[in-house]
Amino acid sequence: MAMSEIKHHLSDDILMAYASGNLPEAFSVAVAAHVSMCDTCRATLESFDAIGGSLLTETAPVETGADAFQSVMDKIRQAPSEAPVLRNATPDFPTPLSDYVGESLDEIKWQPIGMGVKQSILHTQDDATARLLYIPPGTAVPNHSHEGLEMTLVLQGAFADETEYFSVGDIELADGSTVHTPIAADGQPCICLAVTEAPLKFKKMFHRLVQPLMRI
Amino acid sequence: MSLDEQTKDRDTSLLEVEPATPAAHDPYLKGVSDLTATSSPTPPDAWARDIQSVATEKNVAAFERLFSHFAPKVKGFLIKSGADAALAEECAQEVMVTLWHKAHMFDPTRASAGTWIFTIARNKKIDAIRKQRRPEPEDVGWGPEHEPDQEDVIGLQQETMKLGQAISNLPEKQRNLVERAYFGDMSHSEIAAATGLPLGTIKSRIRLALDRLRHAMK
Repeated sequence: MAMSEIKHHLSDDILMAYASGNLPEAFSVAVAAHVSMCDTCRATLESFDAIGGSLLTETAPVETGADAFQSVMDKIRQAPSEAPVLRNATPDFPTPLSDYVGESLDEIKWQPIGMGVKQSILHTQDDATARLLYIPPGTAVPNHSHEGLEMTLVLQGAFADETEYFSVGDIELADGSTVHTPIAADGQPCICLAVTEAPLKFKKMFHRLVQPLMRI
Repeated sequence: MSLDEQTKDRDTSLLEVEPATPAAHDPYLKGVSDLTATSSPTPPDAWARDIQSVATEKNVAAFERLFSHFAPKVKGFLIKSGADAALAEECAQEVMVTLWHKAHMFDPTRASAGTWIFTIARNKKIDAIRKQRRPEPEDVGWGPEHEPDQEDVIGLQQETMKLGQAISNLPEKQRNLVERAYFGDMSHSEIAAATGLPLGTIKSRIRLALDRLRHAMK
């Protein structure tokens, strides 16, 4: 993925939670995808890794088994290095995301959820849900109020809500206090990765009825 | 092989400086004071060099030094993270196997040996203890035709040591929070616990290294 000028970044607490391995898998996909595109956040993340490294360096050693080294050397000899994964030269998604959805937009199995909006849910652990969203030009993502943390990473196009503009690589963080109506901007469809901690609650009754069916 | 024996295996210049603080029992840290005394070799990056020897020449002696020093720490880390001794042993061994195979991915201008091994151990913890997948950012590494600048390597390793010392000097309560965030199972990290740690300089160094990498990749 080409690096672009990213204006909306991850917060320190999220990067630290990811560095320490305390973020649900679905959020970790979005963090890893954003960091793949954003060296500012990568540098912050790796400085949080350094805290973990310092703690490891000071950890009291616990003796390994008598034959541990030999056993490791045996494993190394038995399993030579994995061949590098061949990847498309111009993938549509950063690798941590394409590991879940494939490398090409054409491979995505979309599920329509109304107003031309389509989604595709990633297979992750269910403590949080990650979905790709396809939003047609000028179309709003249906109104919803948030419960808990929500991350939205722009992969193609752009979206704008009442106050801000998000383009490729930008990540929006929202919590339960936010109510917003992002609209696909610039006359182009917007494709983004949206991760939610709890099921989205749509305000409109129609959507509320549809909700259990669509896993939204 | 004990830690002391393994220290002797290393360049003897490392042994000339007696530990000044408890932390300096670690030959890796001992190098800090040594650096001012002599210009050769460059002890702060000793472990980093061992990883690079594993990467470039499959150096088993270097790997054995790394194993003796880090495998017991990784095992301790995994036990602290909730694994029983048998699982921790198995995972610590797997972490070392990964170290061997991925040594070429190690970038000493962005991570110390301890930091890099921590990331492998953390991923193993998520995989084996939590039974979750760990999505990782796309790799950026030095290609075969580019070599990281040695000054950058030393600078980063020294910053990491300073960070380690700052963590050791944290008040007990705050230090416990940092440990729980990294070793425990907290659903959200206690970012406040890390407040005041000298992360700014290390972050700028990593950022600089990334900029150089991006430039080299063009």
